[in-house]
Amino acid sequence: MIHSLFLINASGDIFLEKHWKSVVSRSVCDYFFEAQERASEAENVPPVIPTPHHYLLSVYRHKIFFVAVIQSEVPPLFVIEFLHRVVDTFQDYFGVCSEVMIKDNVVVVYEVLEEMLDNGFPLATESNILKELIKPPTILRTVVNTITGSTNVGDQLPTGQLSVVPWRRTGVKYTNNEAYFDVIEEIDAIIDKSGSTITAEIQGVIDACVKLTGMPDLTLSFMNPRLLDDVSFHPCVRFKRWESERILSFIPPDGNFRLLSYHVSAQNLVAIPVYVKHNISFRDSSSLGRFEITVGPKQTMGKTVEGVMVTSQMPKGVLNMTLTPSQGTHIFDPVTKLLSWDVGKINPQKLPSLKGSMTLQAGTSKPDENPTINLQFKIQQLAISGLKVNRLDMYGEKYKPFKGIKYMTKAGKFQVRT
Amino acid sequence: MSSEASIYNRPSVLDCFRSSGNSWFQKRNLKQMLESSKDSAKLDAMKRIVGMIAKGKNASELFPAVVKNVASKNIEIKKLVYVYLMRYAEEQQDLALLSISTFQRALKDPNQLIRASALRVLSSIRVPIIVPIMMLAIKEASSDLSPYVRKNAAHAIQKLYSLDPEQKEMLIEVIEKLLKDRSTLVAGSVVMAFEEVCPDRIDLIHKNYRKLCNLLVDVEEWGQVVIIHMLTRYARTQFVSPWKVSFENNFYESDEEQKEKDRKVKNIYTMDPDHRLLLRNTKPLLQSRNAAVVMAVAQLYWHLAPKSEASIVSKSLVRLLHSNREVQYIVLQNIATMSIQRKGMFEPYLKSFYVRSTDPTMIKTLKLEILTNLANEANISTLLREFQTYVKSQDKQFAAATIQAIGRCATNITEVTDTCLNGLVCLLSNRDEIVVAESVVVIKKLLQTQPAHHGEIIKHMAKLLDNITVPVARASILWLIGEYCERVPKIAPDVLRKTAKSFTTEDDLVKLQILNLGAKLYLTNSKQTKLLTQYVLNLGKYDQSYDIRDRTRFIRQLIVPNEKSGALSKYAKKIFLAQKPAPLLESPFKDRDHFQLGTLSHTLNSRATGYLELSNWPEVAPDPSVRNVDVAESVQQTWILKILIIESGSENEKEGKEESSSDESSGSSSSSEESSDSESDSKESTANKTSRAAAERWICTFMVTTQVSVPTETHELLHRMSGKGLAAHYHFSRQPGIFGDHMVSVQVTVTNTTDQKIENIHIKEKKLPPGMRVHEFNPIECLEPAESITVSMGIDFCDSTQMASFQLCTKDDHFNVNIQPPVGELLLPVTMSEKDFKKEQGMLTGMNETSATIAVAPQNSTRLVIIERVVKAANLGVVPSGQDNIHRFAAKTVHSGSLMLVTVELKESSTAQLVINTEKTVIGSVLLRELKPVLSQG
Repeated sequence: MIHSLFLINASGDIFLEKHWKSVVSRSVCDYFFEAQERASEAENVPPVIPTPHHYLLSVYRHKIFFVAVIQSEVPPLFVIEFLHRVVDTFQDYFGVCSEVMIKDNVVVVYEVLEEMLDNGFPLATESNILKELIKPPTILRTVVNTITGSTNVGDQLPTGQLSVVPWRRTGVKYTNNEAYFDVIEEIDAIIDKSGSTITAEIQGVIDACVKLTGMPDLTLSFMNPRLLDDVSFHPCVRFKRWESERILSFIPPDGNFRLLSYHVSAQNLVAIPVYVKHNISFRDSSSLGRFEITVGPKQTMGKTVEGVMVTSQMPKGVLNMTLTPSQGTHIFDPVTKLLSWDVGKINPQKLPSLKGSMTLQAGTSKPDENPTINLQFKIQQLAISGLKVNRLDMYGEKYKPFKGIKYMTKAGKFQVRT
Repeated sequence: MSSEASIYNRPSVLDCFRSSGNSWFQKRNLKQMLESSKDSAKLDAMKRIVGMIAKGKNASELFPAVVKNVASKNIEIKKLVYVYLMRYAEEQQDLALLSISTFQRALKDPNQLIRASALRVLSSIRVPIIVPIMMLAIKEASSDLSPYVRKNAAHAIQKLYSLDPEQKEMLIEVIEKLLKDRSTLVAGSVVMAFEEVCPDRIDLIHKNYRKLCNLLVDVEEWGQVVIIHMLTRYARTQFVSPWKVSFENNFYESDEEQKEKDRKVKNIYTMDPDHRLLLRNTKPLLQSRNAAVVMAVAQLYWHLAPKSEASIVSKSLVRLLHSNREVQYIVLQNIATMSIQRKGMFEPYLKSFYVRSTDPTMIKTLKLEILTNLANEANISTLLREFQTYVKSQDKQFAAATIQAIGRCATNITEVTDTCLNGLVCLLSNRDEIVVAESVVVIKKLLQTQPAHHGEIIKHMAKLLDNITVPVARASILWLIGEYCERVPKIAPDVLRKTAKSFTTEDDLVKLQILNLGAKLYLTNSKQTKLLTQYVLNLGKYDQSYDIRDRTRFIRQLIVPNEKSGALSKYAKKIFLAQKPAPLLESPFKDRDHFQLGTLSHTLNSRATGYLELSNWPEVAPDPSVRNVDVAESVQQTWILKILIIESGSENEKEGKEESSSDESSGSSSSSEESSDSESDSKESTANKTSRAAAERWICTFMVTTQVSVPTETHELLHRMSGKGLAAHYHFSRQPGIFGDHMVSVQVTVTNTTDQKIENIHIKEKKLPPGMRVHEFNPIECLEPAESITVSMGIDFCDSTQMASFQLCTKDDHFNVNIQPPVGELLLPVTMSEKDFKKEQGMLTGMNETSATIAVAPQNSTRLVIIERVVKAANLGVVPSGQDNIHRFAAKTVHSGSLMLVTVELKESSTAQLVINTEKTVIGSVLLRELKPVLSQG
C-alpha cells in the first residue's frame, strides 16, 4: 500500500523520508514540485498526483506537505486518512507538529512511523498503544535519559495491542480521577447581502479528557438525543446500545480523544448568534471608497459573544484603508489585501463598529464584487443546537471520579456576503 | 539506477557546507562508537545513523558495524538496528545474512510479541536467498497460537510475494488457512494479502464470507476498508442484480403486458440472505470516525444495494465534507459521479454544496460541478441566483467555471435557456477578460443549439472582437460570424478585413478561424470578399505553422476552382456550411462511472496499476450453498481457539506477571455470535464481559477464567420408566461461581415423555452428608408433553465424591435421585505461569505428591491431543510449557480452593509419568486413577 513517505517544508526541501518497502528515489518528488508550482497556492496542490510509475498522495498541514508514494490501486481516502492520523499522532507526541519539532525528534518520529505501518499497511495507529511502545519525549524524561542512559522505547510490551479494548492502555493509575467532556459546536453559515441566511449547519464534537484509574466503563446520556441523527463515533462507543437506547456507553481511551462528532444539517433551523451590518461602496469616479461595518448579537440566549474577529479579503484595487474602530485593533496588509479586525467582546449596549475610507488605485475601475466578510467568535457555556448532557455514570471501578462538562459555540466557516 | 542513486545520495547544499570534509571522520567516529562496549555510545551512534537515513543520506558503509548489534540486549538499540536493516539489507545482502540467525531464534521465543516482531523484521529484509527461511517462518507463524503473530504472518505473505512471486501457490495455501481464522486481528491483514496475491481466487472466500460479514464491526478500521472493498467485488460475482426491479416503463406496451412483466420480475427477485447480511452488517460502519471506512461503505451501497436503499449513505458523505481539504476533494469527486446518475440522492443536501470564498479552487470547482448536476426545474432559479454571486468572485478561474456551469444548466433545462443567455450577454460587458472570453465560448455553444433569432447577439459579439485578446474567445467569435454570416451580411466582410490586417500576429487557433471565415464568406459573398480571402490564403501559405499551411492549401483547393481541383469543389459550400450538430454540454464526470467508486482509478479517471474490475451482476446467481459452513469444522475451530486462550497467557519475564490473552473475549464472542445470532453485536458482548470482570481482570493479573471444554457427556438422574414418564439428565456445565463460590454448577434437563402435562417440578427432602449444600433450581410450573427444559442448580460437594441425594418432586409424585460427581468436576481451572507452577509444585512434595507411570497410546502423544483429553476428563487449566514433552495443568478445588497441579511428562517408548501434587491427597489419588485410562486408551 503505502510505499514511502516524504515530508516537504514550505520552501520545498525534503527534510524527512521513510520507506516501508524498497527505497523509492526522492526524485519522484519532482512531479510534486511541478504540481506545486502550477498550483501557485499550497492549498490548491491536488491531493492525488499521478506520475509514470507511482502515485503521489499528499496532505498539507502545519505548513508541511506529507507526501505518500503509492504504487498500485488503493482507496485514496485510506491513504489520506492515514496521513492525517500521522499528523495527529505527531501533534499528540510533540504538542505541535512543525518542521523544527520533527527534526529535533527525528529518532522518535522514525520509531513511531515504523510502528504505524508494516509493509505499507497500518499496524498500530491508536495513540494509546503507540505511547506504550514509544514514550513521548518530555523535558524531564530527556534529562533522566541523559543521566541514566534509559530510553524512550517502552521496555514493557504493549499488551493493549492484543487486548479486546485496543484503544486503552492497561494499568492506568491516577491519584486524581477526573473525566472532562467538552461539547463544542461550530456554525458554518453563509449570510447574504440582506442579512438572510442562505445556508447554515452545525458541526459538533464532544472531546473528552479522561484520566481514570483502571478500566472504567462510562455511560453518557443526553436530555435531547434526538438532535444527534448524524453522528460518527470513536471505536470505543457501543453502537448497539446507542441504536437501542440512545445512550453512549464506552470504555474510554486514556487521555484526550474525540468521543463523537455530529452534524446538524442545513435542513434544520439553525440559530445565528450574530449579525453584521455593512456598508461597503466603491464609486466609479473617485478613487475613494466607503467602508463601514457593525457587528451585533442576535440569538445568543443571553450569553456574551467573545473572541470576535473579522477578516476580509479586499479586492486587488484597494491600495490602503483608513479606518477607525470603536473597539479592538485592526490591521490592513496592503500586500495581501487582507483586512483583519480583532474585536474582542461584543457589548450589546455599545455595538462595535469599524468605519473609514478606502483608497483605490487611480485609473482602475471599481471592483465588481464587494469583499466577503469572514467572522470568528466564541460563546461560552452554550451549545447552539440545544444539545444537553443529562448525566455521566461510571461502572466497573469503585472510586468517585470528578466529572465536568463544558459547552462552547464557535464560528466555523462563517461568511457574510456583501 | 545510477543516476537515481546519485541524486538520492546528493546531500543538500547546507549539509555539504556543514559536513564537507569531515564526513569521513564522522563515519569513522560512528564506527568506533558502535564497537564500544557502552550501550549509551552505541545508542547515540544508532540515533545519529537513523537521523542520516531520515535525511536521505547514505549510511550503507556502516553496515558491518551496525549489524553486529542486532542481538543487543537494549531494546532501543535493537529497534534502531532493525530500522537500519530494513533500509539497507537489500543493498548488502551477504552481510545481512549475519543477522538472520538472531531472528530465527527469536521466532521461537515464548513471548508472542517478540515472535511477531522477529517475523516482521525477517520478512522485511528483502534478500532473495532467505526466501525458503521466510516461507518456513510464515508457515509456522500462520499456525501460531497467538493471533497477533498470525496477523504478522499475513503481512509477511505480501512481503514474500513481492520478493519472489514464484512462491504464489504455497502462499495461497497459507492465505487459505488464515482466511479461516476467527480472530478480528487477523481478518483485515489476511484479506489484504488475498487482494495482493490472489484476488481472482474468489472460491477461497465462499466459506468465510459469512464469518467476515459478522466480524466486520470488530475489525480495526483499516482492515474494515480492505474487507469492504473485497466483499463488494465478491458480491458482484455471486448475487443477482437487485436493480432489475426498477426497469424502464415501455411506453408502447399495453398495461396488461406491463403488469405481466411486473409480476414476473417481482416473482423472480428475492434478495439472497447473504447479500442482505452484507448490507446489514456494513450499515453501522457509516458512523465510523474514519472517512475511508465511510466512503467504503458508501461505495458498497452504491454498487450493491437496491436503488431505493442507496440513499442512506448521502447523509454520511455530506458529513465528511466538514473534514480536511483532501478528504473533501475525494468525497466531492465521488459525489459528483453519483449525482449524475441519481440526482435524487443528494438533492436534499443542495445547500451543503454552496461555495465559500475561502474554499480552495479545486474544491470550489467540484462543488460547482455537483450543483450543476443537481440542477432541475424546481431549484434552478435559486441556483442561478447563487451562480450570480460566484460569477463576481475574485477567483477568476472559478468565475469562468461558473459561466460554463450556467451554460450547461441552460442547455439541460430549456425553461431557463433564454434567461441564461441574457445573463451571459450581460457578462460580455464585464471588465475581466477571462470572464468575457468564457462567456463568448459558452454563448457560442448555446447559440448553436438555437441559432434562429440571435442576430443581435452576434452583432454585439462582433463588436467585442476589437477588445478581446483571449484566443479561444476570438476564435469562437470568428467561427460564429462565419457560420452565421448570412444573418450579418454587412458586418462579416468587415470583420474579415480587420482580422486580415492582424493575421500575422494572431494565435494559431485564431488564424485557423480566420481562414474558415474567409472560406465561408468566399462561398456566400464572393463579390465583396474574393480579394480579401485570397490575401488571407496567401498569408497562410507562408505561415510558420504546418497546420495553417496545410489548412490553407486544403481550403484553396476546395473553394478556388481551377483545372486541378476535382469534383469536390462543387460541393464546397455544402462542406463548409453544412448544418452542424450542436455540442453537448456534459459533465466531465460522465465517463467516470465505469470505475468502482472510492478507488484511485476513479479519482484519476484512468486505470491505476492493480485496479480490479468490478464485474457485472451475473444473470443467474451461482450456487449459494458454497457459502454454507460445515458445523463440525467450526466447532473444532472454536475448540482450538479456546485452548489457545489458555496457552497465550505466556510469560512476561520482566514483569513476572501474566499477559492478557488477547483473543479470549473476541474469539469466544465471535464464535458464539456465529452460532447463535448474527445480529448480536459482539462488541457489546465483549464489552459487557469486560466490564463485569473489569476489577479482577484488568487491574491485577489477568486471570483467564474461560471454560476450556465442557464435556458433553450427560448422566442419568431419573430414568423415564422409574419416573413414570418424567426423565431427567444432568451434566456439569463447568461455569464457575454462579450460585456462590463453593458450588459446582450442574445442569439438569427434565423431559416429559408422558402425554399429559406435568406440573410443579421441584426438589425436596435433601439427604446430604454434613457440610454439603444444594442450591435448588426454581420450581418448574408446568411441562408440556414431549417438551423438555433445562435448569441449573448448584451443589457444594465439600471436595468429596460423596453423592448428593434428594427427591425430585412433581405435583403428585416424588422420586429419589442422587448425583455423584466425577472428581474432575470438583475442580476449577487456574491460570498460572510455568514459573509459578514450579514454585507451587516445589511446596507440594512428599506425601502431597502422587504419581504413576502409564502407557500412552501413540495417537495420544501430540500436545493438542493430550491437552484435549486431559481437559475433557477434568476441569483443569492449561499452563504454558517451555518443554515439548512436559504438559502442565493447574486447578483448584471448588470448595476449599486448594491447588491441584497435574504434570504429564512423556517418556520414551510411549510411556508417561503422571504426577499430581495437592494437599487434598484423597482427591489427588482419585484423580490420578481417573486420568490414567484417559491417556492410555486409544
